[in-house]
Amino acid sequence: MHLPAILPWGAADGFSKQMLLVILSVVIIATFFVLAARKQQLVPGKLQFAGEAAYGFVRNSIAKDIIGGRDFIKYVPLLFSLFFFILVNNIYGAIPLIQLPSFSHVGGAYVLAAIVYVTWIGIGIKKNGLRYFKLATVPSGVPVYILPIVIPIEIISNFLVRPVTHSLRLFATMLAGHLIVMIAGSGIEYLVMQENVLLKGTSVLVLAGAIAMYMLEALIMALQAYVFTLLTAIYIEGALHADSH
Amino acid sequence: MNQLIISAATEGAEAANPLVPNLWEMGVVLAGFAVLFFIVVKFVVPMFEKTFAERAEAIEGGIAKAEKAQAEASAALEEYKQQLTDARAEANRIREEARAEGAQILAELKEKAAAESARITAQAHVQIESERQAAVVSLRSEVGTLATTLAGRIVGETLEDDARAARVVDRFLADLESQNAGVAK
Repeated sequence: MHLPAILPWGAADGFSKQMLLVILSVVIIATFFVLAARKQQLVPGKLQFAGEAAYGFVRNSIAKDIIGGRDFIKYVPLLFSLFFFILVNNIYGAIPLIQLPSFSHVGGAYVLAAIVYVTWIGIGIKKNGLRYFKLATVPSGVPVYILPIVIPIEIISNFLVRPVTHSLRLFATMLAGHLIVMIAGSGIEYLVMQENVLLKGTSVLVLAGAIAMYMLEALIMALQAYVFTLLTAIYIEGALHADSH
Repeated sequence: MNQLIISAATEGAEAANPLVPNLWEMGVVLAGFAVLFFIVVKFVVPMFEKTFAERAEAIEGGIAKAEKAQAEASAALEEYKQQLTDARAEANRIREEARAEGAQILAELKEKAAAESARITAQAHVQIESERQAAVVSLRSEVGTLATTLAGRIVGETLEDDARAARVVDRFLADLESQNAGVAK
């Protein structure tokens, strides 16, 4: 499923187009936000306003609303970096000629999910000590005789399934969207080459469907960045307030 | 061409499980994300937060300043009103005082004028009385002299003996007065 590398050309393992795009995304995001934040004017210009709106979205709509409290600001950098890193790498899939969402390769999704996994477990232990694992796996208010069933479920769902779904959700939606658009493209190409005029005409229907799917994919690309970041905030909040859940 | 792509794709699908990651790609994502995270922590978030804080402070500071100005203005207004009330009271008081003083002055003047007129009247009475007395005295002596002189001429003998003449005149006048008093009665 991996594209051949661009350096050395065509090799199975090497510097791939996807790696180039990941590095490019870091440059794009860092450049944009450093330029937007640099002026620090009380009455913002257009660039600063755009930067502040984007930053304010993650800061207020995700970090503040989900984590809340006074120290939500500590987690804003992580959520902000995650959101825009995933967003830009996803949107690549909607840009003609680039047409490759970076997370349609599973490696990046694993890395980000692992970073989040380590982070929220670390926060939970720092906040509650080793008692955190008891708090996270033994729900309060459950009758004792059900606990033998509930505890394994909680362990599996919180500590095993959670990072897997977190990473695969992102990866799978990106891969599926990428495949659908790609298949629609080859389908149109195949139909257009047919001798039969009626069969050739059906390519218009596929084109209409492909455009609709393209729009849907663009939506999902933005949505998945939001979902990934939102889940991260929810996991961090759960670790911070494990004793009240 | 199509055949080539499809065969390449199927070969690729056989070769690689999509769930198995490329380690180099993981490394690039990790490094890229670390760099981005560093830049965000070091520059982007502090700069945005500083701007937000400054803006909030500017707005709240402006509101506080406006509230202070408002309070000062209402305090000044209150003071002016107070001063105006005081001034009105003062003016009333002064007017009342002036009225009272005027009345008093008028009364004093009236009193003084009355006293003066009484004094002038009394003085006039005294003067008239004294003049009358003087006239009576002078008349008495003159009439006496005239009468004696006349009587002397008529009688032909001198009545120049003053003591005797005076006694005659007095007697005559006393008779005259008693006669007058009898007539008056």
